[in-house]
Amino acid sequence: MKKLVTSILSLAFVAGLGLGTALAQDEHAAEGDAHAEGATPHYPLKKPREVDWSFAGPFGHYDKGQLQRGLKVYSEVCAACHSMTLVSFRTLEDLGYSEAQVKAFAANYQVTDGPNDDGDMFERAAVPSDYFPPPFPNAQAAAASNNGAAPPDFSLIAKARGVTRGFPQFVYDIFTQYQEGGPDYIYSLLTGYQEPPEGVEVPEGTYYNPYFIASASLAMAPPLSDGQVTYDDGSPETLDQYSKDVSAFLMWAAEPHLEDRKRTGFMVMVFLLIFTGLIYLTKKSVYASKGH
Amino acid sequence: MSGHSTYQPASGIEKWIDSRLPLPRMIHDSFVSYPVPRNLNYAYTFGAMLSVMLIVQILSGVVLAMHYAAETTVAFNSVEKIMRDVNNGWLLRYMHANGASFFFIAVYLHIARGLYYGSYKAPREILWILGVVIYLLMMATGFMGYVLPWGQMSFWGATVITGFFSAFPLVGEWIQQFLLGGFAVDQPTLNRFFSLHYLLPFMIAGVVVLHIWALHVTGQTNPTGIEVKTKTDTVAFTPYATLKDALGVSVFLLVFAWFIFYMPNYLGHPDNYIPADALKTPAHIVPEWYYLPFYAMLRAITFNIGPIDSKLGGVLVMFGSIIVLFFLPWLDTSKVRSAVYRPWYKLFFWIFVADCILLGWLGAMPAEGIYVILSQLGTLYYFGFFLVIMPLLGLFETPRRIPNSITEAVLAKQNKSDMEKLPPGEASVR
Repeated sequence: MKKLVTSILSLAFVAGLGLGTALAQDEHAAEGDAHAEGATPHYPLKKPREVDWSFAGPFGHYDKGQLQRGLKVYSEVCAACHSMTLVSFRTLEDLGYSEAQVKAFAANYQVTDGPNDDGDMFERAAVPSDYFPPPFPNAQAAAASNNGAAPPDFSLIAKARGVTRGFPQFVYDIFTQYQEGGPDYIYSLLTGYQEPPEGVEVPEGTYYNPYFIASASLAMAPPLSDGQVTYDDGSPETLDQYSKDVSAFLMWAAEPHLEDRKRTGFMVMVFLLIFTGLIYLTKKSVYASKGH
Repeated sequence: MSGHSTYQPASGIEKWIDSRLPLPRMIHDSFVSYPVPRNLNYAYTFGAMLSVMLIVQILSGVVLAMHYAAETTVAFNSVEKIMRDVNNGWLLRYMHANGASFFFIAVYLHIARGLYYGSYKAPREILWILGVVIYLLMMATGFMGYVLPWGQMSFWGATVITGFFSAFPLVGEWIQQFLLGGFAVDQPTLNRFFSLHYLLPFMIAGVVVLHIWALHVTGQTNPTGIEVKTKTDTVAFTPYATLKDALGVSVFLLVFAWFIFYMPNYLGHPDNYIPADALKTPAHIVPEWYYLPFYAMLRAITFNIGPIDSKLGGVLVMFGSIIVLFFLPWLDTSKVRSAVYRPWYKLFFWIFVADCILLGWLGAMPAEGIYVILSQLGTLYYFGFFLVIMPLLGLFETPRRIPNSITEAVLAKQNKSDMEKLPPGEASVR
């Protein structure tokens, strides 16, 4: 046992030493970058701000009110440009809506169906089994209306964006279960639009945002502003609140079974802990009766 | 499988089976009465974890394949269908994706155990080589599996990795096109990768049988590195090793479950949630974490060596880093098996472990500036460890005194710990 402990400790020590040296070198390199004129800066310029999400941690769960508000922001603002093709209306029952409410919500949308018996495609009101229809008929049309770059689909955006956490943060993340890089990023981006600092020029038709992952500015104009969407539950109608709500909603859209996963996980962990304990006691008693 | 069988068929039906197909006898002899060294520690439980992981991967994979479609326009969405609509599909898929990582965690620990205790030395050369073959098959399987969800990293990872083969002169282009089934990663590539991804795990299972067979012929090593000499050196596999393995496996499963249920996307790359796009190259193409040390070594070769350009040099170094493992039993010249009695080897071994972790970290960093130099130093030590340190150390190192038998080592250790428990005065009396 003592040997095991010393082995693990020495491993940790050596690994720490190696990584520490590397980190020191890394800092040197970063300094070098800052000194070098015209060196490519690393994007994003600022790390995402961390929000205290209700769905974080081992007992995380979605705040249904928040998801409903997020859906409102998405469907009234974002949906004008961003599709969400993998999410079906029927799943909106997860947000606390009744079957009838979902039916009524879906009926607001028109989808193309067919061909009918005459061989023609036709438009009809959407039903719960349909998926959110895209705002543009195809990627080319989306790109043509948006300066040549199609706005990304939102079905998985909360899992498809994440800023590298770097050492040693990524080690701590294992213990804190940090998995909210996506919504943190979306929230930071939406609230992060600002005037470019002095001396910084952004290309024509783009907007400065230090939280954007790929460069200093992006083609999307600030999409949200205070008072833009009406909330009927008394929540503040502010940019900050809108951004939080829509980020949470997009997390749900990307990971609809998150609550189920964490709930199952808790039962599995409890089972495995008891099982491991029993195995440990059995092993101990078998080895004790062996004698040497 | 070695030694005299102790199986006693108890009932009539057991006797009937035993005289026709003695499968119960084989299982009894291999996994119940099979003698193992009495001093095996928890480092010897990784084999059991690997067996469990192989079964987990095959079972979850077979079910996932029932819902997956290997067609470039639907592959990505079929995976999402599994995540959203298939009953417990999210569980299967996260189990399978994280299972690959945990398979590699276990195999790296298993290999490190082998290196530390000198498990590759005579007469276990074939056992070791079979292990390296399994590891190679695992790498191929893992790589092809990562391509199947058809995300951005799947596509570009496949493009980069198959591109390595084009570095070979004359046959390179042909090999690359043969692997891809065309000039670029596309439908034929996805379809054949799916087929091979389904096939290779069963090949792994086959080699695992040979690996365990070879293990049962030579018997297990143990932390002292001394061969079993008498019956007192051993205990029966069941219940002793079985229970120790079970405990190791349950702790391993606890960590595995932590990742599946609480941080299933921690080990993946966000870009793989973006559907593959042949016209958009991701900013940084990084392979899965378990290939990172090799990726770092590939990129460390930034210079030409005579007629070998840097690209071919990098590819040769990368393949060489695995091939060198095959020759390990003959590169190590020391007569002493276990690092416990080899003070210098022990030091170099831990530096080697740190070096692999460092290389893994460097593999995820951009190939520029200080990272390249560190990668080159890391690569130098990786090969230096196998090709220089191992052969020379056996000639110059003075090993510690080795006990005469496993029993002696165990008893010496027990006496020592008993002495420590007693007050100082009494200990001297004894």
